[in-house]
Order: sequence, then C-alpha cells, then structure tokens
Amino acid sequence: MNGTATSGASGTGLPGAPGAGSAAPGQDPDVLDDEPAGASRGERLSALAQQHGALVTLVVAVIAASLSFDTFLTGDNLENMAVSSAFLAVVALGMTFVIITGGIDLSVGSLFALGGVLAAWGSRYGTAVALLLRLAVCGLIGLVNGLLIARSRLAPFIVTLAAMLGARGILLAVTDEGTETYLVDKSSFFATLGQSKLLGVGLPVWITLALFVLGAVVLRRGRFGQYVYAVGGNEDAAALMGAPVARTKTAVYTLSGLCAGLAGALNAAWLVSGVTILGNGMELEAISAVVIGGTLLTGGFGFISGSLVGVALLKVIQNVINQIGSLDSAYQQVVSGAFLALVVVAQTWLGRRRRVL
Amino acid sequence: MTDLALRRLPADRERLLRLLQDYGVYAGVAVLLLVNIAATDNFLSAENFRTQAVQVAPVLIVALGMALAIGSEGVDLSVGSVMALATSLLSLYLGYGLWIAILVAVVGGAVVGIAGGSLIAFVGVQPIVATLALMVAGRGIALVLLPQLKDVRDPGMASLGSGDVLGVPYLVLIAAALALLVAFVVRRTTFGRQLLAIGDSRPAAKLAGLPVRRVLIVVYVCSGVLAAVAGVLATARLHASDPTSLGTLMELSAITAVVVGGTPLSGGRVRIGGTVAGAVLIQLLTATLIKHDLPPSWTQIAQAVVIILAVYAARERGKR
Repeated sequence: MNGTATSGASGTGLPGAPGAGSAAPGQDPDVLDDEPAGASRGERLSALAQQHGALVTLVVAVIAASLSFDTFLTGDNLENMAVSSAFLAVVALGMTFVIITGGIDLSVGSLFALGGVLAAWGSRYGTAVALLLRLAVCGLIGLVNGLLIARSRLAPFIVTLAAMLGARGILLAVTDEGTETYLVDKSSFFATLGQSKLLGVGLPVWITLALFVLGAVVLRRGRFGQYVYAVGGNEDAAALMGAPVARTKTAVYTLSGLCAGLAGALNAAWLVSGVTILGNGMELEAISAVVIGGTLLTGGFGFISGSLVGVALLKVIQNVINQIGSLDSAYQQVVSGAFLALVVVAQTWLGRRRRVL
Repeated sequence: MTDLALRRLPADRERLLRLLQDYGVYAGVAVLLLVNIAATDNFLSAENFRTQAVQVAPVLIVALGMALAIGSEGVDLSVGSVMALATSLLSLYLGYGLWIAILVAVVGGAVVGIAGGSLIAFVGVQPIVATLALMVAGRGIALVLLPQLKDVRDPGMASLGSGDVLGVPYLVLIAAALALLVAFVVRRTTFGRQLLAIGDSRPAAKLAGLPVRRVLIVVYVCSGVLAAVAGVLATARLHASDPTSLGTLMELSAITAVVVGGTPLSGGRVRIGGTVAGAVLIQLLTATLIKHDLPPSWTQIAQAVVIILAVYAARERGKR
C-alpha cells in the first residue's frame, strides 16, 4: 500500500525542483513511463525487473508460502511478521537515504541495540526522556559519522565500522559489561507505545508506515531529496550545481543514526526491556533489504517503497525457513547470504544491460 | 630513527603527516612498550612475550591477506567467517588425518576466495557487498557443518598449538614466515606489481593490458587461504572448534592492523612491515587496557578511536 503512495507521488514528475535534480543520472525511475522512442524492449524489461522485481518475488513467495503452509496466512502469523519487520524497516529507511548518496552505514546494528538500551533505561524517567536520550546519543553518533565522512572525506565503511565497534563499546559500558538488563515499566506510556494495537495491528507497524510515507515524501518532493539523489549520482556535478554536498551527506548519516536508534527504542518498548545482544548483523539485513528493493549500491538511484518490499521479502523468507522447521538458523544465514549475492549479481547485470544498450 | 627524521625536516605539514603515517605505528608500539615496561607488573617476562606473540599470530595472518585486498582497492569482510568455516572443516575431517584435515580447511578458504573474487572481478560487485554476503553465508555454512563447539583432541594439533622451536612458538614462526612471504610477493614479483597497479587505478591497469580479473581472484583466494590458516592455528591454540564465535569481529581487527600500519584504503600501496606493527599495536593496546583492569568495553572504544585516528592521518595522502 505504501508502494502505491510513493510511485503515485513520483509519477507526476518533479515540480518545483529547479534543474538540480533532473540532471542527476538515473535519478528518476519513472523516466521509463515516457521512454524515448529509441529504448529497446530489452532495456525496458531490465529496467522493469530492477524496479519491480522485488515486488513480484514477494508476491510469488507469499503465494507459494500460503499454499505450502496452512499456518502462513493466519492473522497471528501475519501480525507477527509485520511487527518484527517494523523495526528492521525503520533501520532500512535511514539506510536507503545513505545508500542513495553512494555511502554505506555499518553502525546501525550497534545503534539499534544502543538505542534500545538507552530508551529502556531512560523510560523510568518518563517517555520523553526515553525518546530524547536515544535521539541525542544515536543522533550524535550519526552526526559524527557524517562529519567525518563529509568534511574529513574518510571512507564511509571504515568510519561506520569504527562507529559500530565504538557504539557497542558504549553499550557494554552502560550496561555494566552487558550484565545489566533495563526493564521498561509495563504500565508506562512508553510501553504502551510498543504494546498497544490499532485496528488489530501493533502500533510499531503504524509508526513505521507513517515514517515511510514521510520518508518517501521527503525524498521525492523535498529539495533535500533532490540533493540526496544528486550527490549519489555524481558528487562533483552536484557540487558544481550548487548542491550542499557535505551538508547533505552529514544529514543522511545523522538520519540513519536517528532511525536506527528509534527502531531500537520501539523494539525496547515492544519487548519491555533493553536487550543488549540485539542488532548483531542487522546492518547486513538492512543493506540487503535496501538492495533487494532496487536501490543501487553505487548511489543515485533508489526508492523508499522498494526498501519496504525488501524488508517484507526478507521476513517472508525467514518465516518460511522457520515454518520448515527442520532448517535451523544456520541455514537461514546461508540462504540470506546467497540471496543477497544473487540480488546484487542480478542488479549489476540488469544495470549493465541498461547502460550498454 | 623517527626522531632524527623529524628534526631534519622543516615545518612542512604534509611531510610531517607522511612521516606520521609511515612511522607512527612504530612510534605507537614503542610508546605502548615503554608504558607497559614502566607500569605493568611482570610485563618483561619471557612468558608474557610468548603469550602476547601467540595471541597476535592469527590476527596478523588474517591481516596479511587483508593487506593484499586493500592494496587492490578492495576489502575482505568474509575473513572471520572463513576462520569459522576452516575450524568446522578441520573438526569434520580430523578422522582422516591431520594433514588432510588442514588441506580441506585451506581448500575451503580458497573456495570462498574464488567465490568472492569472481563476484568482484567478473560480475563487478563492490568488494564490501560481495564479501559481506560471503561473511553471512560462510558462517551459516560453518554452523551447518558443525552446529556447536567441539573439543579437538588430536596430538598433532596440540603440538601445533603449543609446541615451539628454541622457545619460539610454532604459531609465531608460521606468522613470521607468512609475513616475509607476502612482503616478498608484494615487492619482488610481477603479481605484486600488477596488484599495486590495479589498486592504483583499475581502468589504467586494464588499458595497460594487465590480467586484472585473474589478479583480483588470486588476491581474494590468498585472503581466503590465509584466513583459513589463521582459523586452523586458532583452533590448535584453543584445542577446540567453535564456529559460533571463532573469528567474530576479526575483519575489523585485520582492517585496523592494515590501516594503522599505513596501507591506504584507496589502494595502490601495501605496507607489510606496518601491518605487522599494526597487529602488534592492537594486541598491546588490548593487553594494556585489560592488565590495568579496564573493562572490555573500553578496549572496543579505544580500538574505534585508533581506527579513526589512523584513517584521519592517512587522509591527506589520498589519491589525487
């Protein structure tokens, strides 16, 4: 449902975006709607596959899963999948912005865990403290990431790798080397944020959907979104056109830190405790979801709605693996890794085909 | 030596930074050694040196492969999982004899290297992503093969892990020999020169007619094999195969050793001496913090700060 919102918004073109964005290469997927006459059929097909491949795969996977398992299309199972997807989806939302600028953020897993623990600890002083504390800390770490990458021109992967290590260290320091678990008071407003339901669906799911709509609007309609695509498309060209490259980059890493922290806080509210061991490997899941959703790792091209589809696809696959039962979590890792490799290979080939033809 | 060189120079900031990048890691090791000699009990004992050296050996061996990958303007995030895969294979095949088991483990590492190298060289996938996928899948396969910790009670493995020649542990000898070998390969062979040329500029290397794809695949195979060797040695030292935790965060330690040692992330240059010193620096830093009763969390934060500082110092010398 969110997918339609996004493509609807972008289908009308980009009014009020003076020149800056339209020059970024590969920036608007909907260029395909009014394809120049010379575009070959193969080119159009590969572009379509890149854009909607994840959605098609998701539909196929859901149909196959519901035919194979009676337990798949039940309300409980769907609701469970939706809530557990919500946290990853919020992380993937921030990651989408980062990847569209051509960067990568490996610190999100640690920030997710740190955000959860800080929120759980802060919740005893009220929901405002719970949310503001993780906002401040995770936002600050994201800001430092962004400043080092944008102003000091350090490689994103190494900066965020260090941040991953550092944030995990802070987390251990805060929790007495991981032995202390902070519980959230079940009657507090913060706990209801994670626990209550609206129309039978958990509140975290609604919050996530709202954030995705907001993110899609910002990316597609706002000037900031134009800058994000421009920086990812060609940094030098963006700078020459007057886009604030450093500020945009700093902003996306800050945003990613904030998203990861918020996802952690929501997760803590849902679990009513700040669990220290969460978030391991989450950076990979988030990157996979974004890439599966059609966003190019080389930057300059991608969609917010795709990341939501990517998260859903990952969760459906995990759920199917769980349903099979005899397969343990080790196989889950093998399948996830192979799947990511497959998607990236397909993406590279499709992208190359488009460029060459 | 560092001091002399510094004094001869005028206040030329760029040259100072260059010196800092080239020799800073040695200065760092020297400072840590002095601090420990002054402030840590029993630091200057043969026993302690042995312990530290044995602990640093697997990290160093992994870092050697990582240095090659980074020199080719890539990176290999799968090394930790390859260590886990190697330990699983080792345990499974130990029944057929020690050398066959080691061979199978090393071949496993090479296969992961071929997979990563092919994705990078033939398909054109970015090294971070290709090796990230292998990192997840690799640990998964390791756990499928060997779901939980298993004791290794092979006498050959035991002597490999704790034996020595004239007081120098096998592990340290093997690590030193591999470091010399890799340094020789980088400096004196055609392959080494091609690798550096590719790291400097892949398009230029391709235009010059270098076998770019073949060299890249060999680079990742080397990295996989070295990581597998490190996995075998770590298993020998621990007397157990633990695919769940062996090698976790190893990619991070290896990258740190390489970067702190003065190898730029932008490729085109490999410093093996610096990598050795970088691995020693991390080990000393960790040991110092632990010996002075600082909690492990501080080690992680300190390591993060050291990475950032090293990359920051190297920043001025990025490719133009």
